[in-house]
Amino acid sequence: MATTTVTTYLCIGCPLGCRLEVEHDGPDIVEVRGFGCKIGKRFAEQEHTAPTRMVTTTVRVKGGVWARLPVKTEEPVPKDKVLELTDLLHTIEVSAPVKMGTVILENALGTGVNVIATRDVEARPA
Amino acid sequence: MTTATMPVLKHEAYDVVIVGGGPAGLAAALGAREGGAERILVVDREPEAGGILWQCIHAGFGLHHFKEELTGPEYATRFLRMVEEAGIEIATNSYVLDIAPDRTVTIMSGEGGLREVPAKAVVLAMGARERTRGAIRTAGTRPAGVFTAGLAQKFTNMLGYLPGKRVVILGSGDIGLIMARRLTLEGAEVLGVFEIMPYANGLNRNIVQCLHDFDIPLHLSTTVAEIHGRERVEAVTVAPVDENLRPILDKGWRIECDTLLLAIGLIPENELSQRLNLRLDPVTGGPVVNSAMETSVDGIFACGNVVHIHDLVDFVTQEALLAGRCAGEFARGQRRPKDNIKLVPGRNVRYTVPHSISSEREHTIYMRVREPMERCVLRLGEVYQKRLRYVVPGEMVTLKVKPEFLENFHGDSLLVEVVERGDA
Ligand SMILES: Cc1cc2nc3c(=O)[nH]c(=O)nc-3n(C[C@H](O)[C@H](O)[C@H](O)COP(=O)(O)OP(=O)(O)OC[C@H]3O[C@@H](n4cnc5c(N)ncnc54)[C@H](O)[C@@H]3O)c2cc1C
Ligand code: SF4
Repeated sequence: MATTTVTTYLCIGCPLGCRLEVEHDGPDIVEVRGFGCKIGKRFAEQEHTAPTRMVTTTVRVKGGVWARLPVKTEEPVPKDKVLELTDLLHTIEVSAPVKMGTVILENALGTGVNVIATRDVEARPA
Repeated sequence: MTTATMPVLKHEAYDVVIVGGGPAGLAAALGAREGGAERILVVDREPEAGGILWQCIHAGFGLHHFKEELTGPEYATRFLRMVEEAGIEIATNSYVLDIAPDRTVTIMSGEGGLREVPAKAVVLAMGARERTRGAIRTAGTRPAGVFTAGLAQKFTNMLGYLPGKRVVILGSGDIGLIMARRLTLEGAEVLGVFEIMPYANGLNRNIVQCLHDFDIPLHLSTTVAEIHGRERVEAVTVAPVDENLRPILDKGWRIECDTLLLAIGLIPENELSQRLNLRLDPVTGGPVVNSAMETSVDGIFACGNVVHIHDLVDFVTQEALLAGRCAGEFARGQRRPKDNIKLVPGRNVRYTVPHSISSEREHTIYMRVREPMERCVLRLGEVYQKRLRYVVPGEMVTLKVKPEFLENFHGDSLLVEVVERGDA
């Protein structure tokens, strides 16, 4: 019989914060335990197999009223790409003026997700 | 974006003047228009209205109000556009110095100088300020490198300065957790988040996505006992606390770091409220308000963080729309009938807003509990009760009160309490 491992997660569905236990054999889930409701079960399955995160950070703006432009991924991206993506975004510089919704990075790291500006930044008056 | 300054006001006098242009002030302006006010002025000391939202670049805003998850700047932009489309005047770079009880508002701006603007109604929406080191009395030296978390957030997200490289965070509310992730993504090392209470104050979502994702430790029932360093922070001593929340020094340990972030809470910005001699609630630190969000001085309304600290901007918006609408009506000479029922906080309820209600209208009551509780009942005197699966101090509890609940009630006060089921 194959040996199974248990990984625990904290459910983010509500303040009860159930401790979710995923018993698994490698990537295959054998059983999920510890959830108080089905949101927790689904969350554990998702976190275990394909966790994703929204990424929000800033990029540099040249000539803007502010030094930084806030940006976000339009959709959540795989969790293991978060650090690589922010490192990449921190190398980018855009020029003011910038409009909210402008695509700052297309198809980020091949995820198919765009990174967009989340505000306008006007040019600094000369 | 409205960075243009408008020192020259369009009118000599206004129906409604709103002090502060954060989410509360902007929604109050829209509410005032709904209430029938024509001449509405929003005054903000910053170069652009929008308040604290510009620096809150993370997602988590607007799920209730817009039914989608926005970042702070997106939420601010949407409201600014609505206010601009409604033709409401915003004076930025303008500081409200004083409000007289007759509702004359004294505004100072660089280019416009000092002006006295009469208003038929005033809405206070000045937001909150962060608690600083004085509030916790940490021992040790006073070196540079100790920041409030909100200031560090503005530095990082808007000005592009990283406050430090090796960071310790005191306080596990959402602001502390969000900054732990933010500074990590910017390349700083966050050595731990320390919380004096036995439970975390922030959302579980932030505990997972801001701490667990980056292996940042969270230490409960632990505080920063001492700060070391001459010019710049060199280290802090952290220690577990006893049941009176006093650090047990001989169990403490030292952490080498260059920065300490204080995320130890917000308090209503109440300088103007104090000058006006408004009745304040010692628990919230903000003015006592009735069900029209009117303070103890006629025609002066208040909403948002200046009244009580909100964790969700959506509730700020809701409360501010009401305050604005009532201010607009007041400016047109319409008054709502007086409240006839006082709300009294009872077991496990720290405070309620509003502080009173009327049996003739529907109300939303906001409240905060003292401690976490599961499987409990929220009771409004003997007239109504509602089961709750859980309550936590970090999340505001809301209760809709319908006139039907109060049909057979003839008293003048109601006890509001949250008790365990079975204790009821
Ligand atoms: C770090 C952080 C993270 C948060 N995260 C979330 C989240 O994820 N989701 C969510 O829904 N909510 C979140 N919130 C809460 C939400 O942002 C606040 O509740 C909301 O911004 C409060 O709005 P306000 O208008 O009352 O105050 P503010 O936004 O503080 O606005 C007050 C305004 O008044 C102006 N002002 C003050 N005094 C004067 C004066 N004398 N004259 C002229 N102008 C004046 C100020 O310049 C400011 O612009 C967060 C808050 C913080 C601090
Ligand atoms: S499993 Fe259900 S009850 Fe438990 S924390 Fe998650 S959402 Fe809440």
